Amino acid sequence: MLVFIIRRVLQSALALLVMSALIFVGVFAIGNPIDILINPQADQAEIARATAALGLDQPLWVQYWEFLRNAFTGDLGRSFSHNIPAVQLIFERMPATVELALCAMVIAILLGIPLGLVAGLKPDAWYSKTIMAGSILGFSLPTFWVGLMLIMIFSVFLGWLPSTGRGHTTLLLGVPVSFLNWDGLVHLMMPALNLALFKLSLLIRLTRAGTREAMLQDYVKFARAKGLPLRRIVGVHVLKNILIPIVTVIGLEFGSLIAFAIVTETIFAWPGMGKLLIDSINVLDRPVIVAYVLIIVCMFVIINLIVDLLYSLLDPRVRLAGARA
Amino acid sequence: MNGALVESPFARVAADFAQSRLALVGLATLILVLIVAIGAPYISPQNPYDLAQLDIMDSKLAPGTQAGDGMMFWLGSDDQGRDMLSAIFYGLRISLGIGTLATVCALAIGLVVGLTAAWFGGWVEAVIMRIVDLQLSFPSILIALVLLAVLGQGVDKIVIALVTVQWAYYARTVRGAALVERHKEYVEAATCLALSTPRILFRHLLPNVMPPLIVIATVQVAHAIALEATLSFLGLGMPITSPSLGLLIANGFTHLMSGKYWISLYPGIALLITIVSINLVGDELRDVLNPRLQK
Repeated sequence: MLVFIIRRVLQSALALLVMSALIFVGVFAIGNPIDILINPQADQAEIARATAALGLDQPLWVQYWEFLRNAFTGDLGRSFSHNIPAVQLIFERMPATVELALCAMVIAILLGIPLGLVAGLKPDAWYSKTIMAGSILGFSLPTFWVGLMLIMIFSVFLGWLPSTGRGHTTLLLGVPVSFLNWDGLVHLMMPALNLALFKLSLLIRLTRAGTREAMLQDYVKFARAKGLPLRRIVGVHVLKNILIPIVTVIGLEFGSLIAFAIVTETIFAWPGMGKLLIDSINVLDRPVIVAYVLIIVCMFVIINLIVDLLYSLLDPRVRLAGARA
Repeated sequence: MNGALVESPFARVAADFAQSRLALVGLATLILVLIVAIGAPYISPQNPYDLAQLDIMDSKLAPGTQAGDGMMFWLGSDDQGRDMLSAIFYGLRISLGIGTLATVCALAIGLVVGLTAAWFGGWVEAVIMRIVDLQLSFPSILIALVLLAVLGQGVDKIVIALVTVQWAYYARTVRGAALVERHKEYVEAATCLALSTPRILFRHLLPNVMPPLIVIATVQVAHAIALEATLSFLGLGMPITSPSLGLLIANGFTHLMSGKYWISLYPGIALLITIVSINLVGDELRDVLNPRLQK
């Protein structure tokens, strides 16, 4: 087990190094940030001085080495437009994104698993077919368009929910969160639902497929023969067995929720990391773009590692396969 | 299975496909969408890019309004007086074109890479599959966004981004299918005949790994279209000169708050119809082409 963890951590570190080099070369080597940073009326000497001050006259590998050394101390450069360290800027915005993603995940789980169970137990009933049709729609609808339609219905026509911002926030353990007061909750509802829609459809399909398969197994027949009520068969025996793939998917999809939050945050002007990324791309704020990508790659590496570990804890067969590989 | 033996594979697939009414509806819709996209210049009431045909007095008309010159705006008009119906027809053309182009390119790259990995094995395969795994562990939208942030805007750039995002799916599928096929007797026979490696790969192995690829390619076209629309909506996709459906929707977003819903709503519905019909066809193709579900 320890060997497995060490190997995975080393692999992750290598992946991170490769990604950082790619991003560095991609963002820093293409185009010259001096053109954006300096006054266009500056003369040659001034440009040379500024270039030297930023270390841009050094060969690329020296610049990359400097960048790596600073990165290890947690310094990924200062934002051009906000003039504060990029890392600090992103960490300020992170709680909003994480809160949004967590809420979306909770909505997806609370609705998706029960609906999937219902559709899996009675696959031919009209309500099951409706659920499945809904999930196909949820897969096909582009997230951003659903967001617009939500705004159109609930903000413009009905006027029930606000369409932009985070509303009033409450401090929870020093972190500002929206869900603890009514104003924040009202602001949170639409973006969270919008972000949840795709994962909701995914969970419905997964749960339904798992349930249909599990209901044909011998242990379900045995439990039935024993005279157990359906509630117990489904709630204990079936659910336990279908949860392994579902837990994995929930874990893995959390990362993609944070990525897709970019779209939702842009639509609802939710002040999270994703909106920060789009704003930074629009004003070519390179340190922020690089810092965002590196931080999100780190998050993905960590999430993947946790999911792998959880998986091997939940399912002994995986542990054996992992140890042999 | 008797009787089926004399049928050609294509006829069997077509017959199985026709079993599902939903898939047929999807196929019919898709064909209609394709006709509209290809024939856009001939059936549109107006050329939305020809500034001489636009009249700023016609801007932001509600659906079903008749303009002073007798022109009927069935789906309303946008802020520049452009007929939404025409804009959607032309937008469909761009969205479908980009999606198909990107998918074909990605398919070609994935095929070659996947076949190479499966055939040569060893460190070649290890390196290729590591890259594929690494890439697939990140959401496509993130990769595309970062790429476009680096490359900048443009039709060629968005195609590059979409291809970069997609090729790994094909590479993985092709490798999986080819690994199964390469140990079969017909490959052995071809090797014994001392045929060249490219010939064995592309003439013998390739036709046998195609069915799963066709299914993935169908669904991926839908993904590519949705992704392109999303990127364009975020302002990183298509340039303003060639408005895809995503860009039309983004354009309507600015007017949504004032209740002018039609500028965003109808392009979105067109996008939805396209994606759903492709998905319906893809779903049924998956069942039809899956040998494990054959009776």
